[in-house]
Amino acid sequence: MARSNKPLVWSLFAAGGTLAALLVPALVVVTLVVAYGYLPAALDYQTMHAFAANWLGKVILFVVIALCLWHAAHRLRTALHGLGLRADKWVAKAGYTVAGLGTVFAIVYLLQIH
Amino acid sequence: MSHRTIDLEVMRYRPEQDDEPWVQTYKVPCEEDWVVLDALIYVKDNLDGSLSYRWSCHMAVCGSCGMMINGEPALSCKTFIRDLPGDVIRVEPLTNFPIERDLVVVMDDFIEKLQRVKPYIIRDESKPISEGEHRQTPAQLKKFKQYTLCINCLCCYAACPQYALIPEFIGPAALTLAHRYNQDSRDQGWEEREDVVATNEGIWDCAFADACSIVCPKHVDPASAIQQMKISSTLSWYKNLIGLGGKKR
Repeated sequence: MARSNKPLVWSLFAAGGTLAALLVPALVVVTLVVAYGYLPAALDYQTMHAFAANWLGKVILFVVIALCLWHAAHRLRTALHGLGLRADKWVAKAGYTVAGLGTVFAIVYLLQIH
Repeated sequence: MSHRTIDLEVMRYRPEQDDEPWVQTYKVPCEEDWVVLDALIYVKDNLDGSLSYRWSCHMAVCGSCGMMINGEPALSCKTFIRDLPGDVIRVEPLTNFPIERDLVVVMDDFIEKLQRVKPYIIRDESKPISEGEHRQTPAQLKKFKQYTLCINCLCCYAACPQYALIPEFIGPAALTLAHRYNQDSRDQGWEEREDVVATNEGIWDCAFADACSIVCPKHVDPASAIQQMKISSTLSWYKNLIGLGGKKR
Protein backbone atom coordinates (compact mmCIF):
# COMPACT_ATOMS: atom_id res chain seq x y z
CA MET A 1 0.00 0.00 0.00
CA ALA A 2 1.44 3.33 -1.05
CA ARG A 3 1.90 6.03 1.51
CA SER A 4 -0.78 8.69 1.26
CA ASN A 5 -0.29 12.22 -0.03
CA LYS A 6 -2.94 13.50 2.37
CA PRO A 7 -0.26 15.08 4.62
CA LEU A 8 -0.20 18.00 2.17
CA VAL A 9 -3.85 18.94 2.59
CA TRP A 10 -3.99 17.76 6.19
CA SER A 11 -1.11 19.99 7.28
CA LEU A 12 -2.84 23.03 5.73
CA PHE A 13 -6.09 21.90 7.36
CA ALA A 14 -4.44 21.46 10.76
CA ALA A 15 -2.57 24.76 10.59
CA GLY A 16 -5.70 26.57 9.41
CA GLY A 17 -7.76 24.95 12.16
CA THR A 18 -5.34 26.01 14.86
CA LEU A 19 -5.27 29.54 13.49
CA ALA A 20 -9.05 29.71 13.08
CA ALA A 21 -9.61 28.43 16.62
CA LEU A 22 -7.41 31.22 17.95
CA LEU A 23 -8.56 34.03 15.65
CA VAL A 24 -12.21 33.45 14.80
CA PRO A 25 -13.61 34.20 18.28
CA ALA A 26 -11.61 37.46 18.32
CA LEU A 27 -12.76 38.32 14.78
CA VAL A 28 -16.39 37.67 15.74
CA VAL A 29 -16.09 39.98 18.74
CA VAL A 30 -14.36 42.69 16.69
CA THR A 31 -16.97 42.42 13.92
CA LEU A 32 -19.81 42.70 16.45
CA VAL A 33 -18.19 45.67 18.16
CA VAL A 34 -17.82 47.45 14.82
CA ALA A 35 -21.32 46.43 13.70
CA TYR A 36 -22.76 48.07 16.82
CA GLY A 37 -21.17 51.35 15.80
CA TYR A 38 -18.06 51.47 17.93
CA LEU A 39 -15.06 51.97 15.63
CA PRO A 40 -11.74 52.06 17.47
CA ALA A 41 -9.04 54.15 15.80
CA ALA A 42 -6.98 51.01 15.14
CA LEU A 43 -9.75 49.70 12.87
CA ASP A 44 -10.46 52.75 10.69
CA TYR A 45 -9.89 52.57 6.96
CA GLN A 46 -6.57 54.44 6.91
CA THR A 47 -5.00 52.24 9.58
CA MET A 48 -6.25 49.00 8.03
CA HIS A 49 -5.06 50.14 4.59
CA ALA A 50 -1.65 50.97 5.99
CA PHE A 51 -1.56 47.54 7.66
CA ALA A 52 -2.31 45.81 4.34
CA ALA A 53 0.22 47.98 2.53
CA ASN A 54 2.99 46.92 4.87
CA TRP A 55 4.87 43.75 3.91
CA LEU A 56 4.51 42.14 7.31
CA GLY A 57 0.81 43.02 7.27
CA LYS A 58 0.44 41.40 3.83
CA VAL A 59 2.10 38.20 5.05
CA ILE A 60 -0.16 38.04 8.12
CA LEU A 61 -3.32 38.66 6.07
CA PHE A 62 -2.23 36.12 3.45
CA VAL A 63 -1.51 33.40 6.00
CA VAL A 64 -4.84 33.94 7.75
CA ILE A 65 -6.90 33.98 4.53
CA ALA A 66 -5.16 31.09 2.77
CA LEU A 67 -4.94 28.73 5.75
CA CYS A 68 -8.58 29.33 6.71
CA LEU A 69 -9.64 28.55 3.12
CA TRP A 70 -7.67 25.28 3.09
CA HIS A 71 -9.04 24.40 6.49
CA ALA A 72 -12.61 24.99 5.30
CA ALA A 73 -12.08 22.95 2.12
CA HIS A 74 -10.79 19.89 4.00
CA ARG A 75 -13.34 20.23 6.80
CA LEU A 76 -16.17 20.34 4.22
CA ARG A 77 -14.69 17.28 2.51
CA THR A 78 -14.67 15.17 5.68
CA ALA A 79 -18.02 16.56 6.84
CA LEU A 80 -19.76 15.78 3.54
CA HIS A 81 -18.29 12.27 3.55
CA GLY A 82 -19.50 11.82 7.12
CA LEU A 83 -22.96 13.03 6.10
CA GLY A 84 -23.12 10.29 3.49
CA LEU A 85 -22.17 12.03 0.27
CA ARG A 86 -20.27 9.42 -1.74
CA ALA A 87 -18.39 11.70 -4.13
CA ASP A 88 -15.16 12.28 -2.26
CA LYS A 89 -13.07 12.81 -5.39
CA TRP A 90 -15.32 15.55 -6.72
CA VAL A 91 -15.85 17.21 -3.35
CA ALA A 92 -12.09 17.22 -2.81
CA LYS A 93 -11.40 18.64 -6.27
CA ALA A 94 -14.05 21.36 -5.94
CA GLY A 95 -13.04 22.35 -2.38
CA TYR A 96 -9.32 22.44 -3.02
CA THR A 97 -9.84 24.32 -6.29
CA VAL A 98 -11.78 27.04 -4.47
CA ALA A 99 -9.12 27.16 -1.75
CA GLY A 100 -6.37 27.30 -4.39
CA LEU A 101 -8.11 30.10 -6.32
CA GLY A 102 -8.69 31.97 -3.07
CA THR A 103 -5.01 31.64 -2.25
CA VAL A 104 -4.01 33.00 -5.66
CA PHE A 105 -6.54 35.87 -5.47
CA ALA A 106 -5.33 36.73 -1.97
CA ILE A 107 -1.79 37.09 -3.32
CA VAL A 108 -2.92 39.13 -6.35
CA TYR A 109 -5.12 41.55 -4.40
CA LEU A 110 -2.74 41.94 -1.47
CA LEU A 111 0.05 42.85 -3.90
CA GLN A 112 -2.18 45.57 -5.39
CA ILE A 113 -2.50 47.40 -2.07
CA HIS A 114 0.17 50.04 -1.78
CA MET B 1 -30.10 -6.53 49.19
CA SER B 2 -32.83 -5.18 46.96
CA HIS B 3 -33.94 -6.96 43.82
CA ARG B 4 -34.99 -5.18 40.69
CA THR B 5 -36.60 -7.08 37.85
CA ILE B 6 -35.60 -5.89 34.43
CA ASP B 7 -36.61 -6.78 30.91
CA LEU B 8 -33.38 -7.86 29.29
CA GLU B 9 -33.81 -7.56 25.53
CA VAL B 10 -31.16 -9.69 23.86
CA MET B 11 -30.48 -9.78 20.16
CA ARG B 12 -30.45 -13.42 19.08
CA TYR B 13 -29.07 -14.92 15.92
CA ARG B 14 -28.53 -18.63 15.44
CA PRO B 15 -27.32 -19.05 11.86
CA GLU B 16 -28.65 -22.62 11.54
CA GLN B 17 -32.25 -21.60 12.29
CA ASP B 18 -32.62 -17.80 12.05
CA ASP B 19 -32.79 -15.92 8.76
CA GLU B 20 -32.00 -12.66 10.50
CA PRO B 21 -31.33 -11.35 14.00
CA TRP B 22 -34.32 -10.94 16.29
CA VAL B 23 -34.89 -9.77 19.85
CA GLN B 24 -35.76 -12.06 22.75
CA THR B 25 -36.84 -10.58 26.08
CA TYR B 26 -36.01 -12.22 29.41
CA LYS B 27 -37.28 -11.17 32.83
CA VAL B 28 -34.24 -11.05 35.08
CA PRO B 29 -34.36 -10.41 38.86
CA CYS B 30 -31.18 -8.40 39.41
CA GLU B 31 -29.20 -7.77 42.57
CA GLU B 32 -28.13 -4.21 43.44
CA ASP B 33 -24.47 -4.89 42.58
CA TRP B 34 -25.03 -6.67 39.29
CA VAL B 35 -23.45 -5.68 36.02
CA VAL B 36 -25.07 -6.46 32.65
CA LEU B 37 -22.86 -9.54 32.31
CA ASP B 38 -24.35 -10.95 35.55
CA ALA B 39 -27.81 -10.65 34.00
CA LEU B 40 -26.64 -12.54 30.91
CA ILE B 41 -25.07 -15.24 33.08
CA TYR B 42 -28.37 -15.49 34.98
CA VAL B 43 -30.22 -16.04 31.69
CA LYS B 44 -27.74 -18.67 30.54
CA ASP B 45 -27.83 -20.54 33.90
CA ASN B 46 -31.54 -20.29 34.67
CA LEU B 47 -33.65 -19.33 31.67
CA ASP B 48 -32.07 -20.22 28.35
CA GLY B 49 -28.89 -22.28 28.01
CA SER B 50 -28.77 -21.68 24.28
CA LEU B 51 -27.73 -18.01 24.64
CA SER B 52 -24.20 -17.34 23.35
CA TYR B 53 -21.90 -14.51 24.45
CA ARG B 54 -18.20 -14.10 25.14
CA TRP B 55 -16.79 -13.45 28.57
CA SER B 56 -13.90 -14.51 30.71
CA CYS B 57 -12.50 -12.34 33.49
CA HIS B 58 -15.55 -10.39 34.74
CA MET B 59 -13.20 -7.55 35.74
CA ALA B 60 -12.52 -5.40 32.61
CA VAL B 61 -9.20 -7.03 31.90
CA CYS B 62 -9.80 -9.64 29.20
CA GLY B 63 -11.76 -7.57 26.69
CA SER B 64 -14.12 -10.40 25.71
CA CYS B 65 -17.50 -9.02 26.71
CA GLY B 66 -17.75 -5.85 24.62
CA MET B 67 -21.29 -5.43 23.29
CA MET B 68 -23.87 -2.76 22.52
CA ILE B 69 -25.72 -1.89 25.73
CA ASN B 70 -28.70 0.38 25.10
CA GLY B 71 -27.05 1.25 21.80
CA GLU B 72 -23.62 2.19 23.18
CA PRO B 73 -20.55 -0.03 22.89
CA ALA B 74 -19.36 -1.04 26.37
CA LEU B 75 -17.95 -3.89 28.42
CA SER B 76 -20.90 -5.75 29.92
CA CYS B 77 -18.76 -6.57 33.00
CA LYS B 78 -18.17 -2.88 33.69
CA THR B 79 -21.70 -1.59 33.10
CA PHE B 80 -23.75 -1.63 36.30
CA ILE B 81 -27.46 -2.26 35.89
CA ARG B 82 -28.21 0.33 38.61
CA ASP B 83 -26.53 2.98 36.40
CA LEU B 84 -28.88 2.32 33.48
CA PRO B 85 -32.19 4.19 33.34
CA GLY B 86 -35.54 2.39 33.25
CA ASP B 87 -36.29 -1.29 33.60
CA VAL B 88 -35.59 -2.29 30.01
CA ILE B 89 -32.03 -3.01 28.95
CA ARG B 90 -31.18 -3.85 25.35
CA VAL B 91 -28.01 -5.82 24.57
CA GLU B 92 -26.83 -6.41 21.01
CA PRO B 93 -23.63 -7.64 19.40
CA LEU B 94 -21.00 -4.99 18.64
CA THR B 95 -22.09 -3.04 15.60
CA ASN B 96 -19.89 -2.84 12.47
CA PHE B 97 -18.99 -6.54 12.80
CA PRO B 98 -20.62 -9.65 11.30
CA ILE B 99 -22.52 -11.73 13.86
CA GLU B 100 -21.16 -15.20 14.55
CA ARG B 101 -23.96 -16.18 16.91
CA ASP B 102 -26.18 -14.19 19.29
CA LEU B 103 -23.86 -11.65 20.97
CA VAL B 104 -20.69 -13.14 19.53
CA VAL B 105 -19.13 -11.22 16.61
CA VAL B 106 -16.64 -12.30 13.97
CA MET B 107 -13.32 -10.60 14.81
CA ASP B 108 -11.28 -11.84 11.82
CA ASP B 109 -11.10 -8.40 10.19
CA PHE B 110 -9.59 -6.84 13.31
CA ILE B 111 -7.14 -9.69 13.91
CA GLU B 112 -5.87 -9.40 10.34
CA LYS B 113 -5.41 -5.62 10.72
CA LEU B 114 -3.76 -6.02 14.10
CA GLN B 115 -1.14 -8.33 12.59
CA ARG B 116 -0.61 -5.98 9.67
CA VAL B 117 0.55 -3.07 11.88
CA LYS B 118 3.33 -5.25 13.40
CA PRO B 119 2.45 -4.74 17.07
CA TYR B 120 5.74 -5.99 18.48
CA ILE B 121 9.23 -4.59 19.03
CA ILE B 122 11.26 -4.48 15.82
CA ARG B 123 15.05 -4.11 16.01
CA ASP B 124 17.49 -3.58 13.18
CA GLU B 125 19.87 -5.88 15.00
CA SER B 126 18.89 -7.70 18.14
CA LYS B 127 21.17 -7.14 21.09
CA PRO B 128 22.99 -10.22 22.40
CA ILE B 129 21.66 -11.36 25.76
CA SER B 130 25.15 -10.95 27.21
CA GLU B 131 24.84 -7.18 26.78
CA GLY B 132 21.93 -7.14 29.16
CA GLU B 133 18.42 -5.78 28.93
CA HIS B 134 17.16 -2.69 27.10
CA ARG B 135 16.77 -0.16 29.87
CA GLN B 136 14.09 2.47 29.88
CA THR B 137 13.57 5.57 31.98
CA PRO B 138 10.19 6.29 33.60
CA ALA B 139 9.82 9.19 31.14
CA GLN B 140 10.36 6.86 28.17
CA LEU B 141 7.83 4.39 29.58
CA LYS B 142 5.29 7.15 30.16
CA LYS B 143 5.31 8.01 26.43
CA PHE B 144 3.53 4.79 25.50
CA LYS B 145 2.25 3.15 28.69
CA GLN B 146 -1.31 4.43 28.24
CA TYR B 147 -1.51 2.73 24.84
CA THR B 148 -0.46 -0.64 26.29
CA LEU B 149 -3.70 -0.73 28.28
CA CYS B 150 -5.80 -1.67 25.23
CA ILE B 151 -7.59 -4.99 25.77
CA ASN B 152 -8.84 -5.38 22.18
CA CYS B 153 -12.48 -5.28 23.26
CA LEU B 154 -13.38 -3.60 19.93
CA CYS B 155 -15.74 -1.06 21.51
CA CYS B 156 -13.79 1.60 19.58
CA TYR B 157 -14.51 -0.09 16.24
CA ALA B 158 -18.20 -0.26 17.08
CA ALA B 159 -18.17 3.45 17.92
CA CYS B 160 -16.09 4.60 14.94
CA PRO B 161 -18.19 6.32 12.24
CA GLN B 162 -15.34 6.00 9.75
CA TYR B 163 -15.00 2.23 10.23
CA ALA B 164 -18.75 1.99 9.71
CA LEU B 165 -18.38 3.83 6.37
CA ILE B 166 -15.06 2.35 5.22
CA PRO B 167 -14.52 -1.32 6.15
CA GLU B 168 -10.91 -1.12 4.88
CA PHE B 169 -10.03 1.45 7.57
CA ILE B 170 -7.41 -0.10 9.86
CA GLY B 171 -9.25 1.48 12.77
CA PRO B 172 -8.58 2.81 16.26
CA ALA B 173 -7.22 -0.11 18.31
CA ALA B 174 -4.82 -1.47 15.67
CA LEU B 175 -3.48 2.01 14.84
CA THR B 176 -3.06 2.75 18.53
CA LEU B 177 -1.04 -0.43 18.98
CA ALA B 178 1.18 0.66 16.08
CA HIS B 179 1.67 3.99 17.84
CA ARG B 180 2.41 2.20 21.12
CA TYR B 181 5.40 0.42 19.52
CA ASN B 182 6.47 3.50 17.53
CA GLN B 183 6.71 5.39 20.83
CA ASP B 184 8.72 2.65 22.57
CA SER B 185 12.37 3.68 22.97
CA ARG B 186 13.45 0.07 22.37
CA ASP B 187 11.72 -0.09 18.99
CA GLN B 188 13.20 0.67 15.56
CA GLY B 189 10.25 -0.35 13.39
CA TRP B 190 8.74 3.06 12.63
CA GLU B 191 9.63 2.96 8.90
CA GLU B 192 8.16 -0.53 8.46
CA ARG B 193 4.94 0.38 10.22
CA GLU B 194 4.73 3.68 8.37
CA ASP B 195 4.27 1.77 5.10
CA VAL B 196 1.12 0.26 6.62
CA VAL B 197 -0.32 3.10 8.68
CA ALA B 198 0.56 6.23 6.65
CA THR B 199 -1.88 5.15 3.95
CA ASN B 200 -5.40 6.20 3.06
CA GLU B 201 -6.69 3.05 4.81
CA GLY B 202 -4.51 3.83 7.82
CA ILE B 203 -4.40 7.03 9.82
CA TRP B 204 -5.69 9.17 6.93
CA ASP B 205 -9.17 7.61 7.03
CA CYS B 206 -9.57 8.88 10.59
CA ALA B 207 -11.75 12.01 10.67
CA PHE B 208 -11.10 12.62 14.39
CA ALA B 209 -14.68 12.13 15.55
CA ASP B 210 -13.17 11.07 18.92
CA ALA B 211 -15.90 8.44 19.45
CA CYS B 212 -13.24 5.75 20.03
CA SER B 213 -11.74 7.65 22.96
CA ILE B 214 -15.15 8.42 24.43
CA VAL B 215 -16.24 4.77 24.60
CA CYS B 216 -12.86 3.22 25.47
CA PRO B 217 -13.35 1.39 28.81
CA LYS B 218 -9.60 1.51 29.52
CA HIS B 219 -9.10 5.25 28.74
CA VAL B 220 -6.52 4.43 26.10
CA ASP B 221 -7.49 7.47 23.99
CA PRO B 222 -6.96 6.03 20.49
CA ALA B 223 -7.93 9.35 18.88
CA SER B 224 -4.92 11.09 20.42
CA ALA B 225 -2.62 8.28 19.25
CA ILE B 226 -3.88 8.63 15.68
CA GLN B 227 -3.57 12.43 15.67
CA GLN B 228 0.01 12.15 16.97
CA MET B 229 0.74 9.71 14.14
CA LYS B 230 -0.75 12.15 11.64
CA ILE B 231 1.66 14.83 12.86
CA SER B 232 4.75 12.59 12.69
CA SER B 233 3.70 11.21 9.29
CA THR B 234 3.18 14.72 7.96
CA LEU B 235 6.63 15.82 9.14
CA SER B 236 8.16 12.77 7.48
CA TRP B 237 6.17 13.44 4.27
CA TYR B 238 7.58 16.99 4.05
CA LYS B 239 11.08 15.71 4.85
CA ASN B 240 10.82 13.22 2.00
CA LEU B 241 9.49 15.99 -0.25
CA ILE B 242 12.57 18.14 0.23
CA GLY B 243 14.91 15.16 0.11
CA LEU B 244 15.68 14.92 3.80
CA GLY B 245 13.84 11.64 4.24
CA GLY B 246 15.46 8.67 5.89
CA LYS B 247 16.19 5.45 4.09
CA LYS B 248 14.12 4.85 0.97
CA ARG B 249 12.26 1.60 0.62
